[in-house]
Amino acid sequence: MPIDILLFKLLLCGIIFVVSLAVAAYATWGERKFAAVLQDRVGPSRAGPFGLLQPVADGVKMFMKEEMLPTKSNKFLFILGPCLFMLTACMVSTVIPWGGDLTIDGAVYSLQITDINIGILYMFGVVSLGIYGIMIGGWASNNKYSLLGALRASSQMISYEIAMGLSIIALVMMTGTLSLREIVLQQDAGVSYVVYQPLGFLIFLICAFAETNRAPFDLAECETELVGGYHTEYSSMKLGLFLFAEYINMFISSAIMVTLYFGGYNFPFQHEIAEALGLSANGLTIVQTLLFFGKVVGFILFFMWVRWTLPRFRYDQLMSLGWKVLLPLAIANIFITGIVMWALGLIANN
Amino acid sequence: MSLSNRSIVVSKKELSWSERLYLPAILGGMAITIKHLFKRKPTIKYPEQVREIAPVYRGQHVLKRDEAGAERCTACGLCAVACPAEAITMESAERAKGEEHLFREEKYARIYEINMLRCIFCGLCEDACPKEAIFLTDRIVPSSFTRGAEVFGKDKLVETVDNPIDVSVRQRPEVLEFKQDKKHYHNQTHLDKKAVRRSAH
Repeated sequence: MPIDILLFKLLLCGIIFVVSLAVAAYATWGERKFAAVLQDRVGPSRAGPFGLLQPVADGVKMFMKEEMLPTKSNKFLFILGPCLFMLTACMVSTVIPWGGDLTIDGAVYSLQITDINIGILYMFGVVSLGIYGIMIGGWASNNKYSLLGALRASSQMISYEIAMGLSIIALVMMTGTLSLREIVLQQDAGVSYVVYQPLGFLIFLICAFAETNRAPFDLAECETELVGGYHTEYSSMKLGLFLFAEYINMFISSAIMVTLYFGGYNFPFQHEIAEALGLSANGLTIVQTLLFFGKVVGFILFFMWVRWTLPRFRYDQLMSLGWKVLLPLAIANIFITGIVMWALGLIANN
Repeated sequence: MSLSNRSIVVSKKELSWSERLYLPAILGGMAITIKHLFKRKPTIKYPEQVREIAPVYRGQHVLKRDEAGAERCTACGLCAVACPAEAITMESAERAKGEEHLFREEKYARIYEINMLRCIFCGLCEDACPKEAIFLTDRIVPSSFTRGAEVFGKDKLVETVDNPIDVSVRQRPEVLEFKQDKKHYHNQTHLDKKAVRRSAH
């Protein structure tokens, strides 16, 4: 690998890491602000203009808080939990194509850290690892509430991962590839896969809510029953990491949904618009990346909107929705997709 | 029988197929929440914005001085007697020679305290005062961190000579007329009191 590519990738890693953190930080601000306006309140408004320095204040507060380690906890695992959760939250961003190619001095730089041909599999593998952070953290706390929260979180994640995976299979049948870059390029024509796979998208969306432990699936940390769920015993920045990683998860799953179903960084009539405006290829790439983030922010706002609308599911409702509704629906979706593709002659007979 | 005509008969019927989908209900709920995005927020950001108050608003008390700058209060105690919340307490003292510019009459309040946590801002102290000394103003009582700080002494109650507090807004003609009404005991001279007693017999 040429040294300039290596440097570019390192730079990109750094940028994406910082952007993920910034987006997550401002998602906390956005969440509070959005919740406030939906409830006819004003929300954070004291720290900086429009309360924009609130995430900084929150971060400082988290660092200043007293650090507590439960006496009878497993110290190593207790610290490993939030670290692992944060790590897995950040790892998925490596396969997401954040934009097209930048051409500088004849060399082509892709705005994707790595285009592995099993991108979707990698994504699923890492997302499922995320549960270990919660599980280890909850178990190491030596607290019944934490343990129950962790158990709920893991059973919920396992249940919904199946439906999520099956909803993706229908998509993969159409794309014929597991590379996220390829999938985005296939949506270049202006028709996103959400048009072909509305049911698959709906299932994926619901599962994404469950995977990120967001309301209405936030049973893992429901305050009314489990104090704080798996992070009951956590304090200071370790708690901060847990809460922060959740927002990164939300950001990443929004990015995945945009990539898979909403055309990634493509937008309708992009080439015509670029030609009309006289944009260079690099200019178009930058516009595409900005639009990609616009779409992601839209999804994050949607996550928040749902959170401040719907009440929490009961545990049995959660399980019956996952196993009795979403799983059969996902399987039906695969069959329907297969039949339609066969009828249209899109499947090679060999 | 329904009194309000607003009672609803609860039915526990099974959900229909479309209701069991939940999606229409979810979308309905989300439409409700998004409508609130465009609603006017009732919040008043206090230190910067101040709530509009009525012209007769009764806020923090002031002990007035007269035109020459002498304190009007004579520590008669009528305000303390009138106070339904028993928030006012005072101690009187005799004016010494050479203090004529400080106190209007021979007796004055050495200590005058209003417990702002007890006060209900009814304004009865103002009605009771025969010396036009105590008034409720349009000022908001500031908050504090301790209970003790909410007991306001003369340092906070008496207006300064250079910064007289305007109480004219609440002293409209009808209010002044009310204050001098002879049917109030403290407005009666001893002749009036005799007349009242005679009419009672």
